[in-house]
Amino acid sequence: MSRIQTRFAALKKEGRGALIPYLQACDPDYDTSLELLRAMPAAGADLIEIGVPFSDPSADGPTIQAAALRGLKAGATLGLVLQMVRAFRETDSETPIVLMGYLNPIDSYGPAEFCFDAAQAGVDGIIVVDMPTEEADLLDAHAREAGLDIISLVAPTTSNSRLFHVLRDATGFVYYVSITGVTGTNSASAADLEKALPRIREATSLPVAVGFGISTPEQARTASQIGDAAVVASALIKTMAGTLEDGQATERTVPAVLEQLEGLAAAVRA
Amino acid sequence: MTNTSSPLSSSLANSLRSGPDERGRFGIFGGRFVAETLMPLLFELDEAYRAAQADPAFREELDYYLKDYVGRPSPLWFARHLTEELGGAKVYFKREELNHTGSHKLNNVMGQILVARRMGKTRIVAETGAGQHGVATATVCALFGLKCTIYMGATDVERQKPNVFRMHLLGAEVKPVTAGAGTLKDAMNEAMRDWVANVADTYFLVGTVAGPHPYPEMVRDFQSVIGVETKEQITQAEGRLPDVIVAAIGGGSNAMGIFHPFLDDADVKLIGVEAAGHGLDSGKTAASISRGRPGVLHGNRTYLLQDKHGQIEEAHSISAGLDYPGIGPEHSWLNDIGRAEYVGVTDDEALEAFQVCTRTEGIIPALECAHGLAHVMKIAPAMAKDQIIVLNVSGRGDKDIFTVAHHLGVKL
Repeated sequence: MSRIQTRFAALKKEGRGALIPYLQACDPDYDTSLELLRAMPAAGADLIEIGVPFSDPSADGPTIQAAALRGLKAGATLGLVLQMVRAFRETDSETPIVLMGYLNPIDSYGPAEFCFDAAQAGVDGIIVVDMPTEEADLLDAHAREAGLDIISLVAPTTSNSRLFHVLRDATGFVYYVSITGVTGTNSASAADLEKALPRIREATSLPVAVGFGISTPEQARTASQIGDAAVVASALIKTMAGTLEDGQATERTVPAVLEQLEGLAAAVRA
Repeated sequence: MTNTSSPLSSSLANSLRSGPDERGRFGIFGGRFVAETLMPLLFELDEAYRAAQADPAFREELDYYLKDYVGRPSPLWFARHLTEELGGAKVYFKREELNHTGSHKLNNVMGQILVARRMGKTRIVAETGAGQHGVATATVCALFGLKCTIYMGATDVERQKPNVFRMHLLGAEVKPVTAGAGTLKDAMNEAMRDWVANVADTYFLVGTVAGPHPYPEMVRDFQSVIGVETKEQITQAEGRLPDVIVAAIGGGSNAMGIFHPFLDDADVKLIGVEAAGHGLDSGKTAASISRGRPGVLHGNRTYLLQDKHGQIEEAHSISAGLDYPGIGPEHSWLNDIGRAEYVGVTDDEALEAFQVCTRTEGIIPALECAHGLAHVMKIAPAMAKDQIIVLNVSGRGDKDIFTVAHHLGVKL
């Protein structure tokens, strides 16, 4: 079993959903984001999503755009992100790591080389925002060979018939983009999720993570109960950004994010 | 629409005009690289566009607006004085600057707005660089009573003030984008964010032959009226096709429009002129083909200015309309198969050509097409006097007089 399967199976036994926090690699610098990454599991992260900075994150709202720019300014490259995952794996061999980003840096690195290197580094899955099912043949075979899950995205606009098409060969888990919009803007209501999730579960038996617009402990709890996991991104990055001085980390940076993460984790476990 | 207006359509199987394929690709270029949220919309758009193409009533409606509102056909002008001054090939201007709103942009906008109306959309978003596409979009939104939001880089808002004011007068909301360098690339990102957040009622009216399929094909088809007319007009004037066609390229819609009907005419040389900015090797350029490499941005695979890690670089050009680090995917393909040639012209060369055109022909060209003219000025003198060059004069330069004055050291 992959790390992702093992983790979701264990949580199912516990009778709760997963909390998936997100951090942008090298935001605001390599050392701080690695420190945060290493501390996240103890603060309640069940899986972790690492954002790969890209110059033109056209599916992201202002909070993640700013984080990506800080990461790039601090020298983030896809190679450095993999180095960060390798460093994390020195102390944690169980928490699944999923990279989330845009296609061009991967394309530039080389699809086959990237899948191989990512798996070697200890990455479990990848989410490529601008690579829909119709274009996924670029990475599919390489990812399969490397043992990397390509996490499929589905949206409120994805029709029932298209859900079956998109999720036919899906692995790992499914990421439900719960609003039509960019990250960190609106939020889906519990009623919206109650309507959407059965539709998705018709098409797949994989766990479903709910993301985009989840910021409060209550929202995380609701999403992890109706779905199988809640992804919290912009809300954590906002907290981090609030601790920076002149774009640099301060001693409050890591503790502030971890404290918020603990609050989210407590709600998901309650 | 070109398929119905040219005898070549019967032999499209062996034609360079048959692209894109069913995946929206021209060779390895093009495609649909967008978030899942947008995929169903692209399929819906594709379906609506095919239905419109197949509907004679759509063609009739578009022809009506092109003739009586846009002012087509645009003339093909023999630039006698310029030709004499250059002392070589005969230079003709395809006068797209005479269209309503002052550029070729309205050809595409008129086609797409009719598609949007057929789809029942009530709100339009668009990106704009120089403001020409924004003005054209705001214009048709005024005509049809649709809500209109235009995203424009903050830098471009500053250097294209007259067009910003025009858009306001036309009732559009202009949203300055401060991300990045505040130019066309950033405006495109922001327009896509708006679209994804308002998919139910909003139509994204793309201004160039780029973006996810079917936009590059659809915009090309609507702009191909330029080449179709040129073919008829030059045949009437000269009894033959031109030797060379030259057009400036940002995203590449005016060039694709004039090139496409000639793709199978192997004797007609096609030259796309990219903005070299301060020079192709200055690091401050917008020449995506000359100095970029293939990658994925804004929904398509194409030549992009990017660093070795795949991060997109800022483009630079004196012309806001060419200030984009990518190019339409069909151009990337035409480059790779060698059917079209892509060259660079610097800011200074364009400024010089701008003045020559104004002085010799009494036509103030947009800085975009001044780049095309600068290349014509390089090649025409070495060509024989019975050879023919057609330059697509894609827009008028009134919007650029402040920029030109600034560079000439004149305070207005």
